[in-house]
Amino acid sequence: MAQSLAKEFTKGLWAEIPPFRLVLGLCPTLAVTKSVENGIGMGVATTFVLVFANLLVSLLRNVIPSKVRIACYVVIIATFVTIVELVMQAYTYELFLKLGIFIPLIVVNCIVLGRAEAFASKNGPVLSIADGLGIGIGFTLSLAALGAVREIIGAGTITIWGGTPVFEMVNIFPGYNPFAFMVEAPGAFIALGLMLAAMNLIGSK
Amino acid sequence: MREMISMIVVLTALTAVSGGLLAGIKSGTENRIEEQIFKFQLAPAMNDIFGEVENEPAKEQFQIEYEGMIYKFYPAKLEDGSTAVAFETKGKGGYGGDVGLMVGINIDNDQIVAARVTTHSETPGLGARAKDDPEFVTQFTDKSMDNNLNLKKNGGEIDAMSGATITSTAVSLAAVQAQNLYKKLKPEILKQIK
Repeated sequence: MAQSLAKEFTKGLWAEIPPFRLVLGLCPTLAVTKSVENGIGMGVATTFVLVFANLLVSLLRNVIPSKVRIACYVVIIATFVTIVELVMQAYTYELFLKLGIFIPLIVVNCIVLGRAEAFASKNGPVLSIADGLGIGIGFTLSLAALGAVREIIGAGTITIWGGTPVFEMVNIFPGYNPFAFMVEAPGAFIALGLMLAAMNLIGSK
Repeated sequence: MREMISMIVVLTALTAVSGGLLAGIKSGTENRIEEQIFKFQLAPAMNDIFGEVENEPAKEQFQIEYEGMIYKFYPAKLEDGSTAVAFETKGKGGYGGDVGLMVGINIDNDQIVAARVTTHSETPGLGARAKDDPEFVTQFTDKSMDNNLNLKKNGGEIDAMSGATITSTAVSLAAVQAQNLYKKLKPEILKQIK
């Protein structure tokens, strides 16, 4: 039990890490990773939805009739997404402003629906939570990594939760000029592609 | 038949529970969300519009209902001794929905002190410049209630932002709406301020 629990948790961190291995959930991945902070915020919101949607789907898996299961999953997921949206507006309004439309769009994130359908509907609640947590943390780390690459190259700094930058490119390369292309939309595709290639290179060895 | 009933029962129960839960959370967070919007949108806008004031507009705010909408008014005592009032109107037809515009009007001479864009969902770098770069909205400064605040192409006297005509139109509509509202409600506003 403990072993399979660990397995379900860790697979989300490398073997099935969502944007790179499964290549799922690309809409928020490309759109919000302008900075590390946005990436982490989006990742945490998605993780919350994943864990609770997985838990509920798993608990109700014997009650939900198979013909209307997708409708039921969407209701469950949409409920948690709306909770996240309201709570973010109430407590982290600045982050909510930056993530904007992509918070409600978690409803149609294929990672969340995919885990509900492929995993939580066939497994018990504890395993499902482990699965949701693993995939969610993997997603958060991916977004943070992609955000870091884009922010370092595109803005030349890393700033987390206001205040002064925690990292400045000019300290390493004096006279570094930010390459703003990387924070624009095309830069997202290029950064994601390069990181995918790098991960495949490491994975194939 | 049994399957059908179970489908109906499960879906109905699920949506009912979810609806109830969300209604509860919504009413629980409502006040806080309003506070946050005030803190992060309206208060900074008001600060830009009036600068230093000698009273606390947030504490002295009052509401006036007009044509089914409730508008909040924030009275301010300006440093030069005149009285002004700020309120928010929504310009229809932005690229991402309504564009909120906070307008401050000096009650003593009926001129706009300044205006700032508040809540919006416009495209970053294009329409969102209306908020990020105040150059566009400074065109409203010192305009009277008789100036035509539509865009030049619509017969008014406001220059649109290049590359963001739709957002510019929404903002100017909000400004025109603010003028009309002020003209209609001025007696009421004067009554409330005293």
